[in-house]
Amino acid sequence: MRSYFRQRTMQSAISLFGLVVLVFFLARLTGNPTDLLLPVDTPLAVREEFAARHGFDQPMLVQFGRYLLDLLQFDFGESLRDGRPALQMVLQAFPTTLLLSFWAMLISLVIAIVTGSIAAWRPGGVFDRIASLISLAGASIPNFWIAIVGVLVFSVWLRALPTSGTGTPWHWIMPVTVLFVRPCGVLTQVVRSSMIDALASPYVKTARARGVRSRVVIFGHALRNAMLPVVTVAGDQAAGMVNGAVIAETVFGFPGIGKLMIDSIMFRDFAVIQAAVMVTAVAIFVLNILIDLAYALLDPRVRHG
Amino acid sequence: MTGHLLEVENLSVRFHSRGKIVDAVRSVSWHLDRGETLAILGESGSGKSVSASAVMGLIDTPPGEILSGSIRFDGRGILGLSAKDQRELNGRRIAMIFQDTLAALNPVHTLGHQISESMTAHGIPAERARTRAIELLARVGIPEPERRFNEYPHQFSGGQRQRVMIAAAIAMEPDVLIADEPTSALDVTVQAGILKLLKELQAENGMGILMITHDLGVVAEIADRVVVMSQGEVVEQGPLAEVLGAPRHAYTRRLLEAVPGRHGYPAARDLSSEALIEIRGLSKYYGVSAGVLKTPTGREIKALDDVSLTLNKGEVLGVVGESGSGKTTLVNTLLGLVDPTKGEVLYRGKSMLGPGNREIARNVQVVFQDPTASLNPRMKVGRIIAEPWAIHRGVLPRAEWPRRVAELLEQVGLRPEHADRYPHQFSGGQRQRIAIARALALKPEVIICDEAVSALDVSIQAQVIQLLKDLRRDHGLSYLFIAHDLPVVRDFADRTIVMQGGRIVESGITAEIFEHPRHPYTQKLLASRPVEERMRGHITEPAE
Repeated sequence: MRSYFRQRTMQSAISLFGLVVLVFFLARLTGNPTDLLLPVDTPLAVREEFAARHGFDQPMLVQFGRYLLDLLQFDFGESLRDGRPALQMVLQAFPTTLLLSFWAMLISLVIAIVTGSIAAWRPGGVFDRIASLISLAGASIPNFWIAIVGVLVFSVWLRALPTSGTGTPWHWIMPVTVLFVRPCGVLTQVVRSSMIDALASPYVKTARARGVRSRVVIFGHALRNAMLPVVTVAGDQAAGMVNGAVIAETVFGFPGIGKLMIDSIMFRDFAVIQAAVMVTAVAIFVLNILIDLAYALLDPRVRHG
Repeated sequence: MTGHLLEVENLSVRFHSRGKIVDAVRSVSWHLDRGETLAILGESGSGKSVSASAVMGLIDTPPGEILSGSIRFDGRGILGLSAKDQRELNGRRIAMIFQDTLAALNPVHTLGHQISESMTAHGIPAERARTRAIELLARVGIPEPERRFNEYPHQFSGGQRQRVMIAAAIAMEPDVLIADEPTSALDVTVQAGILKLLKELQAENGMGILMITHDLGVVAEIADRVVVMSQGEVVEQGPLAEVLGAPRHAYTRRLLEAVPGRHGYPAARDLSSEALIEIRGLSKYYGVSAGVLKTPTGREIKALDDVSLTLNKGEVLGVVGESGSGKTTLVNTLLGLVDPTKGEVLYRGKSMLGPGNREIARNVQVVFQDPTASLNPRMKVGRIIAEPWAIHRGVLPRAEWPRRVAELLEQVGLRPEHADRYPHQFSGGQRQRIAIARALALKPEVIICDEAVSALDVSIQAQVIQLLKDLRRDHGLSYLFIAHDLPVVRDFADRTIVMQGGRIVESGITAEIFEHPRHPYTQKLLASRPVEERMRGHITEPAE
């Protein structure tokens, strides 16, 4: 297990370095921050002074070298907008997004496991057909549409839910909904199909031939095996939540990392973009390791392989 | 009251699937008494397992439907019991073991848990179940039972898994043990051990055994009485000696006729000494590496170790070995799928290895074990057979393809119009014929048969072997015939090579190998198949 961690950390380090390079140059492809941040009529001398202060006058490779050196000391630089350390801004926004994703994922999994298992019990039955239709719809509807329609219906027409902010639990309902619908639809379908396979498997037949109770057959034997593909897909969906968070947080003015990223991109706030991308990437690497661990926990064949 | 322990009477079961109705069994009757072994013998699709599933309450409605009949166990009707009553019976009084042990055991639970479960499900406290499970593991011959109690199915060999299945089945000392093809997936030496174990257990606790099998050898070895099934009906039943010695039904006679190893050895033929394939000192080692950097540990697995052999023109060379003997690596090396560590493979004196051997490759074709897997399900048969011509351009002009496909189909005993169908529309035996037609497309000199008949029912097996013989006669083909099954080789091969652990341990004229095996492993292989001998005993000396 320890060699596994060493291996994973080394792989992650290589990928992270690639990401560092990519983010740095891609961000600079989008335009010159000097033009964007300073008023149009700023005198040339002021412009040059601004560029020199932030190092924008240096050759690209020198900028890159300095950026790397700073990174090694966990210094992502300062925000161009308000001068706060970029990392600090990102870490402040991060827990909000984490919590948002956590609730969305938890709700997705609970609904998917319950619905998918019941649907698998009688494939082609009434419940299965309704569940399949709804989950397919959930997996296909774009989340920005849900966000906009949600605001229109619940905030504008019904005036039941707030449109932005994080003050009360009511503020969380719509953002969480926007995030969970899609993973929930996808996961329900995965649970359903892997549960159908598991229930038809020879080991379920063996358990029945032993006189094991139906409840134990379903939860102890079938569901445990059916969870393996679900864990993999849930991991993918969780990583994909960053995309959803960008939309949900932007639409609902939710102060998470997604909104921070969008704002920083609009502003060419390089240091914050870089810090946000790096923190997200590290989070996704950690998530992947957790998923591998969960998988090894569920499947002894992985543990011994 | 008839007094039989388990009795099935006039059972008819129908399955509905996708609008089709399949009558799986029609009016099947049989009975089993304490301490006896009843074999239900049938080929695939004969419905031999259906009545056993009905006994265990494993036929779900839908798709199944029990049309008529009754099942009595210990004097009590048990067909259509409530789920609760069925659970009382299953595992406690009637237990069942299955063929594919890797699939039939739950991969995520320890074997100890699964054995204990067959006791805890019937109210035995967990601690006592554990103690008993360890005793049972020891009883069925698993070394170090305490430690292995906590291991998972994939950590056991196939034979050991079947022993564990048996341990779980006998945990509650059932009156009846139903064994559904328990040895079909196992090597012959392992198979013999399992059958011996079942007989010992039966002698100890007097349970009745219902053995469901397609293997006449297993029947001859273990059964007291036999039920022969074909197409959902019982065609014949009676004491073993009667059914095997004086079969009354035509189907049983055909089945017996088809058993390999009954017709003596292939007649000694004048073999040419023109060598087609020569293998010299072929070795394939796999290094064992460990850690992040995959540093070699210096340990090596010798999949093939200094193997030399010659295949002459017109000859059938049998290669026999159990799993792990190196058969598969040998085939893969010949096909260029694996690069050997050492040694060379010559075809008519030219190396077959490395690039630029396409012309040579044309002359050596292969037929694999599983025709379902080796034929592309999305291609029509005509295209499958024509594919070699698409790969080796210039062999046959495109306009000629349909005519030649029709010819090939006729050669392998199919009809020209079959070219327009898909593989799934054929039976297993027919699919293997299609695979043979494809192998013939390039007019090869050598066909490698890699377990080519192992997955087929005996009667089909015999037909495919006959086809291979006819093709050899008509086209002067040579075969490298690889099998784990001795009797088939005995019927067909001129010379036989026995492999173990990557090495050739014995080789010679087939009759010599079978009559006077010199190497202990060959002797063990032959000894673990006394069943054919016994069966021949039954057949040549009809019941008194």
